[in-house]
Amino acid sequence: MGNPMRIRAKSANGETTVRVLMSHRMEGGQRKDANGKPIPAHHINTVTAKHNGKVVLSADWGPAVSQNPYLAFSFKGGAKGETVEINWVDNKGDSRTDTATIS
Amino acid sequence: MNITRRDALRTTGALGTLVSLGLITTEQAMAAESRPAFASKTLSGALEAIGGQPATSDQIEVIAPDIAENGAVVPVATVSKLPNTSDVWFLVEKNPQPMAAHFAFPNGTTAEVKTRVKMGKTSDVIVVAKADGKLYMAKKETKVTLGGCGG
Repeated sequence: MGNPMRIRAKSANGETTVRVLMSHRMEGGQRKDANGKPIPAHHINTVTAKHNGKVVLSADWGPAVSQNPYLAFSFKGGAKGETVEINWVDNKGDSRTDTATIS
Repeated sequence: MNITRRDALRTTGALGTLVSLGLITTEQAMAAESRPAFASKTLSGALEAIGGQPATSDQIEVIAPDIAENGAVVPVATVSKLPNTSDVWFLVEKNPQPMAAHFAFPNGTTAEVKTRVKMGKTSDVIVVAKADGKLYMAKKETKVTLGGCGG
């Protein structure tokens, strides 16, 4: 299980805006260690966001997404008190799911 | 010279460790990117992998800084005003692998997204949007003072 994410979900004017800060090294695979050996790529591959069990965003990422990825998006609907769930899976099979209450 | 049991064990152990380290390194090095769009080392290859050369559109906003001081963390965003936008892709033309991210918007989700990407050097940030099954693109050049790919 990966590190926890910070999620903020806010509802206004019939739309919910979601901002997420994930905690992940997002190693690109281009760097070399002190001995000149390439450091293997280790990055999030897929992201899925759900509201009330319905997928509201899905993403495929490569190594070029920055370390500790930031993500912001919005969808129609969502009310205070409902939950938004964000899940990621990385290229080593590690994953993390966190939920937040819409405020 | 007599090889003592201690010496023999020590050598075998060291070799075993080196071999296993070597195997791990090889396996990790061989765990390559299997998604064609993300594996492509050229912009045209990445575009082919997602469906071909898009038509330019002024309905796609590419939001990226004029100058990025830190190429490792470049905030990028897009807003697609094309009706029925189902997907967007972010590409960084001069990165070792240009495809950075793909986002899919189900019905009801606004065709807008913000994230942060790595840029190796000054390059176009390209957004491709799929609307009604067709591909469109827009781009903006971002100057990078300190490259972010680490290579």
